[in-house]
Amino acid sequence: MRPYRPILWFALIAIAVTADVRVPAAEAPPLVAVYGDVVHTMAGPPIEKGVVVIDGGKITLVGSALDIPVPPAARVVRGKVVTPGLIDAHTAVGLTGYLNQDQDQDQLDKGEPIQPELRAIDSYNPRERLIEWVRGFGITTIHTGHAPGALVSGQTMVVKTVGETVDDAVIVPAAMVAVTLGDDARPGDEKKSPGTRSKAVAMLRGEFVKTQDYLRKLDLGDPEKRPDRDLRREIFADVLRGKLPLLVTVNRATDIDAALRIAKEFGIKIVLDSAAEAYLAADSIKAAGVPVIIHPSMRRGGTGETENISFETPATLHAKGISVAMQSGFEGYVPKTRVALFEAAIAAANGLTTEQALATITSDAAAILGVADRVGSLRPGLDGDVAVFDGDPFEYTSHCTAVVIDGRIVSEEPR
Amino acid sequence: MNTRIVTGLCLLAACLGGGPNAIAQERPVAFTNAELLPISGPPIAPGTVIVAGGTIAAIGPTATTPIPPNAETIDCTGRVIMPGLVDTHSHVGGGWGGDASGPIQPDVRILDSINVRDSGFRKARAGGLTTLNIMPGSGHLLSGQTIYAKLRKASTIDDVSIRDAAGKPLGGMKMANGTNSQKDAPFPGTRSKSAALVRQKFLKAQDYRRKVAEAKGDAAKLPDRDLEMEGLLDVLDGRVVVHHHCHRADDIMTVLRLRDEFGFKVVLHHVSEAWKVADQLAKAQAPCSVIVVDSPGGKIEAMDLSLATGAMLEKAGAPVAIHTDDPVTDSRLFLRTAGLAVRAGMSREKALEALTLAGAKMLELDARIGSLAVGKDADLVVLSGDPLSVRTKVLETWVEGEKVFDRDDPEDRLFAVGGYGAGRDQKAHACCTDERLSETK
Repeated sequence: MRPYRPILWFALIAIAVTADVRVPAAEAPPLVAVYGDVVHTMAGPPIEKGVVVIDGGKITLVGSALDIPVPPAARVVRGKVVTPGLIDAHTAVGLTGYLNQDQDQDQLDKGEPIQPELRAIDSYNPRERLIEWVRGFGITTIHTGHAPGALVSGQTMVVKTVGETVDDAVIVPAAMVAVTLGDDARPGDEKKSPGTRSKAVAMLRGEFVKTQDYLRKLDLGDPEKRPDRDLRREIFADVLRGKLPLLVTVNRATDIDAALRIAKEFGIKIVLDSAAEAYLAADSIKAAGVPVIIHPSMRRGGTGETENISFETPATLHAKGISVAMQSGFEGYVPKTRVALFEAAIAAANGLTTEQALATITSDAAAILGVADRVGSLRPGLDGDVAVFDGDPFEYTSHCTAVVIDGRIVSEEPR
Repeated sequence: MNTRIVTGLCLLAACLGGGPNAIAQERPVAFTNAELLPISGPPIAPGTVIVAGGTIAAIGPTATTPIPPNAETIDCTGRVIMPGLVDTHSHVGGGWGGDASGPIQPDVRILDSINVRDSGFRKARAGGLTTLNIMPGSGHLLSGQTIYAKLRKASTIDDVSIRDAAGKPLGGMKMANGTNSQKDAPFPGTRSKSAALVRQKFLKAQDYRRKVAEAKGDAAKLPDRDLEMEGLLDVLDGRVVVHHHCHRADDIMTVLRLRDEFGFKVVLHHVSEAWKVADQLAKAQAPCSVIVVDSPGGKIEAMDLSLATGAMLEKAGAPVAIHTDDPVTDSRLFLRTAGLAVRAGMSREKALEALTLAGAKMLELDARIGSLAVGKDADLVVLSGDPLSVRTKVLETWVEGEKVFDRDDPEDRLFAVGGYGAGRDQKAHACCTDERLSETK
């Protein structure tokens, strides 16, 4: 190959010179028509023999293929079942990488117990192989960021599973602040706090009390008394102002109660995450109007705080009228990530209907993440994100045959 | 069932030396009108399988299979029945093998540390599993002796062990290479060191064997007994199969190289990169027990793990089983792993065989288990439908003619779906304890 190297270099230079017109990003998204024997719009009943038309990256038409003519010049994609691009309501993929070595693990800094100032956008690797992996199964949007494992581990964000930079991918740069209560909030060194559940709650309350003072001083309007800028205070201030919810990872019912108590005391928005024993606290969760991003169905239960997990929790909470989404969660070993589609499938097999289970990874997930005006259902005006399957999306032996994000076909390899 | 009669049988069986294992099924059971998946032959629908005395007495089309007059008949219309699932690689029961003292510990038996009341056993039954190879971990080059277990209702490890004709519990030997078993000395620091340590130990065992042979039974000349050497002789003499953890293609080939040097029998486990050497594995007819997980990675050795490994090994012609590696995958979802293998291109037939007969062969138990065939143990699973559908439920699991899981039983159901208390260890199953418990209620 050596004699050809100069030519290769020339080719690279040519690419570099024309780098401003990166082929996939610069071309306008094509006109795409996605046909399905069944189209689950998640904005109404499923449409038999339906079509979704996407133009300029946005959905323009959704309806019966009998009523909507094939647009001339459209790229046509066909499949048995069409759904909105799927949403993984909570993962750490992109901050955590598949090699599981120091250089690709940025989901958790255990240096301090409380670090809400850590931004997810500063650690996200859009080229991480696990992102491509989950996208192949139809996942087009992920809520990712700092993982459970510290009292306040950092921020989360919502991104599309495409893009060469975080700016290409991001929908919501700061979505929530990740809080962990229970055993996993302990730093592992018994000389460091929090060492108990009560201490963890006291520390968190202390932060909010301090932030209330910070806000009070800001509101005085006196430039002399204005507090210095403080990244930590600014984020907690956004939590107190209701701009940023806390994503509280809990499992024991005791810790769920503690999370609801804190939310009530400070009037802040929270989303419960994992919540292995949520079925024990369903009445209080319902009364508080708090949504739950339920642990992966297949999460290793067995021991510790998650020993009582149930395949039926999604159905139990749904029946109570609690808003639920499913997630792939965070895995520290093999497999390095789960796939939200498969986790919702177990929910579909254990008490939820197909439509309800789909909602946990589409419309309901979008609502919980605050992005329902962009993704999660097939309606005109929303992003052109679509997943196509050759059968029931939840069946093990079906394949995801096409994935469309922002009107671009990003995968047609059956997976 | 009259508890006192059972107690009597129990004691009688104990006198005969068989332990509770030997409780014979009292009355034949006929499962009729089912779709039967015998694995060793084509599906039979509607079919009847008759079990008596803990073994399969008859199997065939319902129309032509007579039911014994004293049999209990279970109408299985709409149900699918397949052999009890065989898991070649499980860690249920909380057992530990070797400790941190050294990398090669063939004297250590997992059977000395298993808690048969661990909830993992109940969850495994809820998944339709009936036979497990319970192994110590992969943090050693050789972490100890494994045990082949039947998921009978049990109070002691003896109740679950599978024994040979002489009453000896059967099992394999767990070995590993690659990164899991590399650490500070006396453990190896490299792959070459790993292989050298193993070879040196097997050479020592060969010497021990020669000394035993040369003594010709003369007590004065026999070497002192040595539990480590005895464990390795079982391997060298082919009485015990090596179950070898390996991921990377070169590690897989290293195992085959050691196998050829020392002539032991081996099953390759996990084999994340087997797809890269599928032709070599087929040529060597090396049995491969595959793990199916939801993504690659988690460690560098598993970075090229593929859902298509089973498909590619099948295509190449290598023997393929699938295992849970519970807790890495959940025993209750063992059928799912075959579904994902089919998604990635494996044939339905081979994928179902990979959960049953292929695993039975790798444990050298295929004369007793792994298919629905006359004379084999009456280990079977009653399913609500297609084994590869996410919506299918395991309704009942039977071991040797006894029902050990029933989804309609609320206590069993708890372990099938999870919920409050599902992580707790199970109650004792001894006949006498049950009686005492019921009297105190």
